[in-house]
Amino acid sequence: MAMFRGVMDRLKKGLTKTREGLVSSLRSIVHGRTLDDALIKEIEQRLIQSDVGVVATRELIESIRTDAKAGKLTRGEHVIDHLKREIKAMWPEADRSLKLAPSAPTVILMTGVNGVGKTTSIAKLCAQLRGEGKTVLLGACDTFRAGAVRQLEIWAERLGVEVVKGQQGGDPASVAFDASAAAKARGVDFLILDTAGRLHTQAGLMDQLTKIRRVVDKQIPGAPHEVLLVLDATSGQNALRQAEEFGKAAGVTGIFLSKLDGTARGGIVVAVRHTTDIPVKFIGVGETPEDVEPFDPERFVEAMFAE
Amino acid sequence: MFDRISDSFSGAIRKLSGSGSISESNVREAMGEVRDALLEADVQYEVAEAFCDKVLKDALGREVTKSLKPGQEMIAIVHRRLVELFGGDPDADQQPAPPGIMKMSPGPTIVMMCGLQGSGKTTTCGKLAGLLKKQGRSVMLAAADLQRPAAVEQLQTVARQANELPGGAQVHFYAEPDKVAAYGKAVGVAVKVCQNAVKEAKAKGVDVLILDTAGRLHVNDELMGELGQVKSLLSPHHIFLVVDAMTGQDAVQSARSFHQRLAVDGVILTKFDSDTRGGAALSVKEVTGAPIRYIGVGEKLDALEPFHPERMAGRILGMGDVVSLVEKAQQEVSEEDAKKLEAKMSKGELTMDDFLKQMKTLRKMGSMKSLLGMLPGIGSMLKEVDIDEKQLDRTEAMIQSMTPAERSRPDLINNPRKRRIASGSGTDQTQVGQLVKQFGMLNKMTKQMGSMSAGSKVAAAQQLSGSGMFSGMPALPGMGGKGSTKSASRGVKKRKPKRR
Repeated sequence: MAMFRGVMDRLKKGLTKTREGLVSSLRSIVHGRTLDDALIKEIEQRLIQSDVGVVATRELIESIRTDAKAGKLTRGEHVIDHLKREIKAMWPEADRSLKLAPSAPTVILMTGVNGVGKTTSIAKLCAQLRGEGKTVLLGACDTFRAGAVRQLEIWAERLGVEVVKGQQGGDPASVAFDASAAAKARGVDFLILDTAGRLHTQAGLMDQLTKIRRVVDKQIPGAPHEVLLVLDATSGQNALRQAEEFGKAAGVTGIFLSKLDGTARGGIVVAVRHTTDIPVKFIGVGETPEDVEPFDPERFVEAMFAE
Repeated sequence: MFDRISDSFSGAIRKLSGSGSISESNVREAMGEVRDALLEADVQYEVAEAFCDKVLKDALGREVTKSLKPGQEMIAIVHRRLVELFGGDPDADQQPAPPGIMKMSPGPTIVMMCGLQGSGKTTTCGKLAGLLKKQGRSVMLAAADLQRPAAVEQLQTVARQANELPGGAQVHFYAEPDKVAAYGKAVGVAVKVCQNAVKEAKAKGVDVLILDTAGRLHVNDELMGELGQVKSLLSPHHIFLVVDAMTGQDAVQSARSFHQRLAVDGVILTKFDSDTRGGAALSVKEVTGAPIRYIGVGEKLDALEPFHPERMAGRILGMGDVVSLVEKAQQEVSEEDAKKLEAKMSKGELTMDDFLKQMKTLRKMGSMKSLLGMLPGIGSMLKEVDIDEKQLDRTEAMIQSMTPAERSRPDLINNPRKRRIASGSGTDQTQVGQLVKQFGMLNKMTKQMGSMSAGSKVAAAQQLSGSGMFSGMPALPGMGGKGSTKSASRGVKKRKPKRR
C-alpha cells in the first residue's frame, strides 16, 4: 500500500484549502479562549457546519459541558483534543479491509445515489487492486444512464482490465449474471460490479439491487462478498436515509466516502456512524485513480480538525 | 422532500395551539424546535438562525400570544418569511411568473451550466433542452466537458433523447470528441470548443445554445479560471449553477465560490424527487441572491419544473400546491375534453373507458404520490400511505380486458364475466368485483356533486375532504394501505387545511 503515502498529504492539502477564508477552523476559534457558553455555542455551530448533524452534535456538546462542569475542560484548546477523542471513539478497532471470498473471485457490488462518483470510485479500487498484482474484471450493470458503460470502458482501457457489458436499457441483473459467469471462467481475483445511480426513494429500483444480489449469489455462492455504498462527502443529512435504505435493499457492508477533496469535511460519516454500524472502508480524495486510501479514524479526525 | 420540515413545523405549531394559553416562552420553545428541524434539513446554520430570529420577532411583534388563533397566525408569519427566503415577494398578491430563458435576436441565447461533479449538469442540459423544445425553440447542446470519461457520449445520447420529446423545434448536438483528455489535462480547451459551438449555433440559426461544462471543485483555481474565460469571451446570457438538493452545509460554500467567480444568475436544484429535506435549497438562494429557476424532479428528461417560491413555501407548511396541480392538468387535458367529462360526470354516466382515460392522463402527470402531495393537508400523511403504482397497472389491465359493452355498462359484469376479465388481466375475481363496486360508488358520488350549485360544490368538496373524499381516493383501485388511510382521514378532518 505504498501508493497511499502522499495521498495523505494531498488530503491535508485538500482540507487546507478550507482554511482559506471560507470557514475559520475550529482551532482558530478556540485558540487562547476560556471555555464558556459563548464559545460552546460557536463550537456547536462549527460541528453543524461540518454536517455532523443535530443529534450527534448535541451529544458531543453535552459531553463537553459535562467535562467542563467537572473541571476537566477549561481552555478552548482542550476542546479540540476532547472532540478528537470522542469522535475517534465512535470507530473502535475494527477490520476495515475488503472482505475476501474464501476462494476467488471476490465480488464487490458498488451502489449509491446518482452522481456520488461510483464509477470513479471503481476505477480507484481497481487501480489499487491492480497495484497489488491482482486480476480484476468489471461488470457494467449501469444500463440506464447514457454514457455510463462507455465511462467504465474508458477507465478499464486506462487501467488494463476487461469489462463485461450489456445493452443500453437492458436488464442490469443479466449483466451481473454474465459478469459473474465470466469471472469464474476467467479465474480472476476480483469482480467489481458498477450499478446505476438510484434514489433510495424509488422502491422499484431498490428491488433491482436485491435482484442483482440474488443473481450473483446464484452464480457464485456467498457473493457479493462486499457491497460498498458510495457516499458523497458533500452530502447532507440525507446520507442517513441513503445508508438505511441501501442497507436494507442491498445489504451494504461498507462505505466509500467520495469527494473529500473539496471544502466539505465529511462530517456526515460521523452522523452516519451515529445511526448505523456500517464501517467506512475507503475515502476518495481526487480525480485520478490513485486518489484513494483506506479509512483511518485517527487520520480522518486529524484532518477534520487540521489547522 | 420538504415534508419533514413541514412535519416539524406542524408539530411545533400544534404544540402552540394545543397549550391553551400561549406565552412568549411557548413561542420561543417552538422556534427552537423549528431551528433544529431546519438544521436537520441541512439549512445552513446562519441562515437557520437568522430565519428563526426574524420569525420570532414577527411573532412577538404581532402579539401572536393574544391572537385567537395563534397557530394560524404563526403559519402566516412563517409562510411570509419562507416565501421571502425562497426569493419571492411576500407582499405581492400575484407572484410574477418565474423568468424563463431570455429570447435574443439575433440568436443564439447562450446558457452556460456549471457546478460540482455529480450534481446532474448533463441530465439537466437535456431537460432544459426538452423544456425549450416544448416551447418551440430550437436548441444546441454543446459538450464542453472534456474531462469526465464518456461525458461527450452521454450528452450526445441525452440530446438525441431530448429531440424525441414532443415539440416543434430541433435539438442539435455539438462536440469535438478529439479534444477529450484526462482530468486536469484539458484545461482551457473547453474555451475553444465553446467558441466554436457559438459559431456553429449561429450558422444553424438555433435559438438557444446550452454549454455543458465539466464538473469541477470550487477550490480548483485552474478549472474555475477556465469557466471565467468562457464567461468573458462569450458573455453568456444565463449562467446557471446546478446544485444537488441533497447537499449538506457545504452547498453554501460552493455556491458562494461559483457565484463570486461567475456572477451566477440562476440556480437549478436537482434530485428533488429524493426524500432530502432540501435545506440546501433554502440556503443557496439566501447566500448567493441568485433565484432558484428550476427543479429537477425525476430521472426522465421531461422532469424539470419552474420553481415557484410561494408554492414551495405553501408545500412546506402542508398548505398544498393546488396551483401546480391545476397547471399540470391543463397541460395534459384540453378544455373541451374537460367539459365533456364534466357533463358526463354530473349525470353519473362515467364509463370505464372515461375512467381509464382519466387514469392514464393522471399518470402522465407524474406519480400518484407526487400528485397527492400537492393537495392541501395530504402531504404529511402520505408517508403512511403506500401507493402501489403496480396496482394502477392492474386496474388498467382489468379495464382493458373488458368488452366495449362492459366498459360502458359495468352493471353487466356478472360472475362469469368477472372470471373472464380476471384471467384476461392476470388478477382474481375479487379484485374485479372491487373495481366494479368502487366504480359504481364513484359515479354515484360525482352525480351528487353535479346536482349542486357552484357554491355548495366548494362546501361539499371541503366536507368531503374531511369525510373521506381525498382519503377515499386511496381506497380507489390503485392505492394500497387501507388501514393507514383511515387514520389519515381523521388527520385531515382535524386539521381542516386553510389556504392563505
